[in-house]
Amino acid sequence: MLDRDEDILKAAESWAEVDKGVALATVIETWGSAPRPAGSNLVVNEDGTFLGSVSGGCVEGAVVTEALDVISSGAPRMLEFGVADETAWTVGLSCGGRIRVFVEKVV
Amino acid sequence: MKLATLSAINTERAARRPVIVVTDIGNGEQRLVRAADIARDPLHIELERHLRMGKSSVIEVEGRELFLNVYAPTAKLVIIGAVHISQALAPLARSLGYDVTVVDPRSAFASPERFPDVRLIAEWPDVALPPLNIDHYTAFVAVTHDPKIDDPALLHALERDCFYIGALGSRNTHGQRAVRLRAEGVSEASIERIHAPIGLEIGAISPSEIAVAIMAEITAQLRLPKASTA
Repeated sequence: MLDRDEDILKAAESWAEVDKGVALATVIETWGSAPRPAGSNLVVNEDGTFLGSVSGGCVEGAVVTEALDVISSGAPRMLEFGVADETAWTVGLSCGGRIRVFVEKVV
Repeated sequence: MKLATLSAINTERAARRPVIVVTDIGNGEQRLVRAADIARDPLHIELERHLRMGKSSVIEVEGRELFLNVYAPTAKLVIIGAVHISQALAPLARSLGYDVTVVDPRSAFASPERFPDVRLIAEWPDVALPPLNIDHYTAFVAVTHDPKIDDPALLHALERDCFYIGALGSRNTHGQRAVRLRAEGVSEASIERIHAPIGLEIGAISPSEIAVAIMAEITAQLRLPKASTA
């Protein structure tokens, strides 16, 4: 449960300490029946290794791709996923919910 | 996020101290607020509310969108007494996200067959409790009905800052317990902290219903603003 989130952030810290590029993705808002609550984290390193979850699996692939961009550019990014938009039909949230995910680099 | 912020989150969490990260979504600016600093923070009303609810969310302040990410410790529930009520209470508490420990020196009661998948300590409270590091994010219930076990356990809990202390027994039983605790030097204010009879009044009869009443009372203590939980 929550302990697992702690392990996720510890992993992010240990990656950053050995100068690996790391991005932190955080669910900041949810509408409808989103699977993971606001505050849920997913961490990604420059190798594409990731831990944690922002949606229980539905959009993780897309978030990881965006996170890799954030690691190289350094600029934070806001992502939105939901059944209402184009992207969502490809990666979408089957539950019908909508989520907003903030992706930032650990510097 | 600065690595220093990430490290501070991990340090606070390891110490079971809550922390809130405030992110300005517009410009990515971020600051970390430790629990001890909330009261003097300009956003203290919102921070306190979010911490109490254990809920992260976006708020709007002076036209800016701020994301308050609450990192609260996992609440613990320590149950004194591996009795019938505890068999219903332990799984219910786990389903509510509590980290549950059951303590009972009587090994016939504290058996893994009766408590599958629950941390069990078959020791007296004076041995079992100190290593548990009972802190503010701990709810503590004594349900053995046996003063030899419940009383020393309650004495230990009352020395700690746990957010909830409850003890099984009727008003009469609790009256007798209060007399014994006073004789041990416990203050009236401390005795007042004990919820007894335990649980919200919902007419609970069966062990499972009593477990619901107990968890309802614990939830109210955890989530409601302090003024209305008296």
